[in-house]
Amino acid sequence: MTDGIYLDNNATTMVAPEVVEEMLPFFSEQFGNPSSLHRFGDKVGRAVKKARKQVQALLGAEHDSEIIFTSCGTESDSTAILSALKAQPDRKEIITTVVEHPAVLTLCEQLEKEGYTVHYLEVDKKGRLDIRAYYKLLSDNVAIVSVMWANNESGTLFPVKEMAEMARSAGVMFHTDAVQAVGKLPIDLKSTAIDMLSLSGHKLHAPKGIGVLYLRRGVRFRPLLRGGHQERGRRAGTENAASIVALGKACEMAREAMDYEKTFVKAMRDRLEQGMLERISHCFVTGDANNRLPNTCNIAFEYIEGEAILLLLNKMGIAASSGSACTSGSLEPSHVMRAMDIPFTAAHGSVRFSLSRYNTMEEVERVIEAMPPIVEQLRKLSPYWSGDGPVEEPEKAFAPSYA
Amino acid sequence: MWDYSEKVQEHFFNPRNAGAVDEANAVGDVGSLSCGDALRLTLKVDPQSEVILDAGFQTFGCGSAIASSSALTEIIKGMKIDDALGVSNQDIADFLDGLPPEKMHCSVMGREALQAAVANYRGEEWKDDHEEGALVCKCFAIDEVMIEDTVRANGLRTVEEVTNYTKAGGGCSACHEGIEEILTRVLAESGERFDPNAVAGEIRKPKSGLTNLQRMKRIEELLAEIRPNLQRDHGDVELVEVDGKYIYVKMIGACAGCQMAATTLGGIQQHLAEGLGEFIQVLPAEELARRAAMGG
Repeated sequence: MTDGIYLDNNATTMVAPEVVEEMLPFFSEQFGNPSSLHRFGDKVGRAVKKARKQVQALLGAEHDSEIIFTSCGTESDSTAILSALKAQPDRKEIITTVVEHPAVLTLCEQLEKEGYTVHYLEVDKKGRLDIRAYYKLLSDNVAIVSVMWANNESGTLFPVKEMAEMARSAGVMFHTDAVQAVGKLPIDLKSTAIDMLSLSGHKLHAPKGIGVLYLRRGVRFRPLLRGGHQERGRRAGTENAASIVALGKACEMAREAMDYEKTFVKAMRDRLEQGMLERISHCFVTGDANNRLPNTCNIAFEYIEGEAILLLLNKMGIAASSGSACTSGSLEPSHVMRAMDIPFTAAHGSVRFSLSRYNTMEEVERVIEAMPPIVEQLRKLSPYWSGDGPVEEPEKAFAPSYA
Repeated sequence: MWDYSEKVQEHFFNPRNAGAVDEANAVGDVGSLSCGDALRLTLKVDPQSEVILDAGFQTFGCGSAIASSSALTEIIKGMKIDDALGVSNQDIADFLDGLPPEKMHCSVMGREALQAAVANYRGEEWKDDHEEGALVCKCFAIDEVMIEDTVRANGLRTVEEVTNYTKAGGGCSACHEGIEEILTRVLAESGERFDPNAVAGEIRKPKSGLTNLQRMKRIEELLAEIRPNLQRDHGDVELVEVDGKYIYVKMIGACAGCQMAATTLGGIQQHLAEGLGEFIQVLPAEELARRAAMGG
């Protein structure tokens, strides 16, 4: 592994060395077009077929033809939602949540401008949905429900299997953005009512630039990209063969490592979290601690700002990410933190640590040692902090003029 | 992540003058919690000489907010408060060898903390006129509020006009959709519709009310105003021809053939447009020759 401690695996992951090895020949001798009849193409065609089976196995899909290779998770999300709208022109409503990834949210905002009605399900302080509110919204006017399986920031899981059942009984299509869930949680799509699912290769140790849209057999579909017959005409464009092969291998490896994710990765995450909560005052876990991804821990450090924390961590070779406004250059903290009603003094100081099977317990211990002095150093600079604790009534003691 | 200069990093990792000053007689609190930036500046001012003897900061904010605070205190220590009030946010950014466009507001916050602290020292009430919207044009760091205000004040109707007046949209074009949305919204206030096919400037006639001679003289005056800026960079500009809304100029010295010539022309155009109170287009003299050759 490279230098430093990488705890930002929800952003992207290291490509597994075995995956790199598997894909390399497809840049050189295996250069054929999988659609070609000759043996140059045929070999590549077979490799793509094998990869499709490997993805099918990880997702527990009934048929391998339900796997459509795309360029990324965002493309899969856009394809799913726009397909549902085009295939059902009389249905003008969409149901989603306020905490979705921008891949879904920004598209929905655009669709609102184009005249569609989007219902955004809200979350409580732990990031949980109100299922009754969801149930009431299901109707013949709804073209598609798009709800993420696991939240990228807090790791909180949504009950997508139950929600898909409810959608099915109401006759509504159900899509889930499972970019964070695939490879971290066991998934068996054939036993669910999920119609469409998005995944992204680079979140599970495959390279960037490859994604999948799972499309249940029988679900009405309209392609986003029309052209050649690739992916049975459902996604035209010459196949990214090397990355497809890589994703297949990564899926196979993820399947083998599933138990490790649930046990060892989770144990490392729990140790990291408990170690920091013990040593650092005025910080708390965001999201639904009892129902989240095994690799994700999001802690809000009060009265300091996340980007500053990340810069100091980075100086020590530790990589994490933050929901603060400053890291993204926007004016407000992450929409996920705001949706959970986390106070501003804490939301800006939220830091996400996301692990992978390539981390070690020794790295976790080093991070636990590194964090307290960083927090202390920044609190010394903070106008909300005095000595060992926040100033009394911090929001009153320091009320800047254009709050 | 951010492309912070060495100096920003250095001031973030080793901030100067962190913490409150003992026996401070001036305090300035500014910032916005929702934005994640807030700053308290404390000063010790000598009442006789009005020299800032000591300055300290406490900042809730990101790397560049902390670095800007540190830079501010370094700049103003030892200054008389009247001189310190002359410190601009650009001075703070320059001291740090520049800030990313998204982070310029950190330097603005520094300058405002200083104004607030001085007002506090003088027993005045400080009112900020600070209004900041979401950043629209990242190339030139222009925010939503600035574009809205300019559109309203000048009755702008096209993206091109917005670019001419504010520079927003003059770079990578990624924000053109956002600018069109602002135009749609602002025009709707007066019951108008945004027309994507409208041509910049042709909707309205020049409304300066000057005679041709007065107008020509005014253009010369306005050029004279910006000349020192160009001369500082060993360049200059010369007026060649005025043909209605087209103003032809020749770039001289270092400005001729400079890679930034287009940007410079844009700046001249903005200055002339504002000074004349009408929409004009500044073109290089070569363009005049080309148009003449084409018979138009």
